[in-house]
Amino acid sequence: MAQHQGGAHGHDAHGGHGSLKSYVIGFVLSIILTIIPLVLVLNDYVEGTAANVVLLVTAVLQFLVQLLFFMHLREENKPRYNLMSLLLGLLIVLTIVLGSIWIMTYNTVAH
Amino acid sequence: MLTRKFKTRPFMAAHTDTAHGSHAGGGHGHDEHHEHEHESMKTFGFWLFLMTDCILFATLFATYIVLKGNTNGGPTAHELFEMPGIIASTFILLTSSFTSGLAVLAMHKKNVKGLIMWLGVTVLLGASFVALEVTEFIKMVHEGATISTSAFLSGFFTLVGTHGLHVSLGLFWMIGLMIQLSRRGITPVTQRKVNVISLYWHFLDVVWIFVFTIVYMMGVM
Repeated sequence: MAQHQGGAHGHDAHGGHGSLKSYVIGFVLSIILTIIPLVLVLNDYVEGTAANVVLLVTAVLQFLVQLLFFMHLREENKPRYNLMSLLLGLLIVLTIVLGSIWIMTYNTVAH
Repeated sequence: MLTRKFKTRPFMAAHTDTAHGSHAGGGHGHDEHHEHEHESMKTFGFWLFLMTDCILFATLFATYIVLKGNTNGGPTAHELFEMPGIIASTFILLTSSFTSGLAVLAMHKKNVKGLIMWLGVTVLLGASFVALEVTEFIKMVHEGATISTSAFLSGFFTLVGTHGLHVSLGLFWMIGLMIQLSRRGITPVTQRKVNVISLYWHFLDVVWIFVFTIVYMMGVM
């Protein structure tokens, strides 16, 4: 009984195992997402703000690929403590980075 | 009866599972289940450490971004960074993230040799990454771009160096784990250790993606 229950809820609590297929898809996607900004930015196909947008979007997509295909965040069972702590972490990360940029943009002493 | 009751109440079932799952079953597979829970709690603890490590890197990224214009008459990012080496190390680290995943797959197939082999490949790729980074740093210092040249370079060496230290630490850890795996084989404890180190390795790849994007790509743009 306990084993059965464990199979339903607890056994895969630390994420699924993933399959070779999901690892290969993740790897190919991450390679593509690295090549796109390299080609576009180093050959000056995009410049200025557009280039920054391309760079940041591909970086974030790559982050998601690692999380979903390699770190198996998708396969986590409820309650999703890994996801919750990740969201809290991201909130703090974004506050620190964007907050610092925002403050220092209007700092006339540093420039 | 107990199981049925819990199944209708998902929250209770989850609670039971993390805290008292083995008791509910009346000693059926008692120790094994308990040990498994213990290891999965440790994996979660490591995940929490990774989240705090994210915050460490966030402060270093924030510092770098804020200071990157302050070159104090020294070299700028555009003059300093040489992309071929950086592109090579990016693909090396991406591949090593993939091979550490293959190690986990081999582990779930109970293939100790495959597991140790893929960890070995990951170590070699990681070592070449560190070697490329050290070469880059030495070259920069010889060109007169040291950590004390400008605020930009202080931020750069601290951010990229901290990531490099994480990778170097991971290499020693992985070699130690390979030795342990060859002696003890795949047990619940070594299995958890492999899971944890592969999480660490993927995390370092994620951090590098942002170093690559924000420091190097935006630097040479």
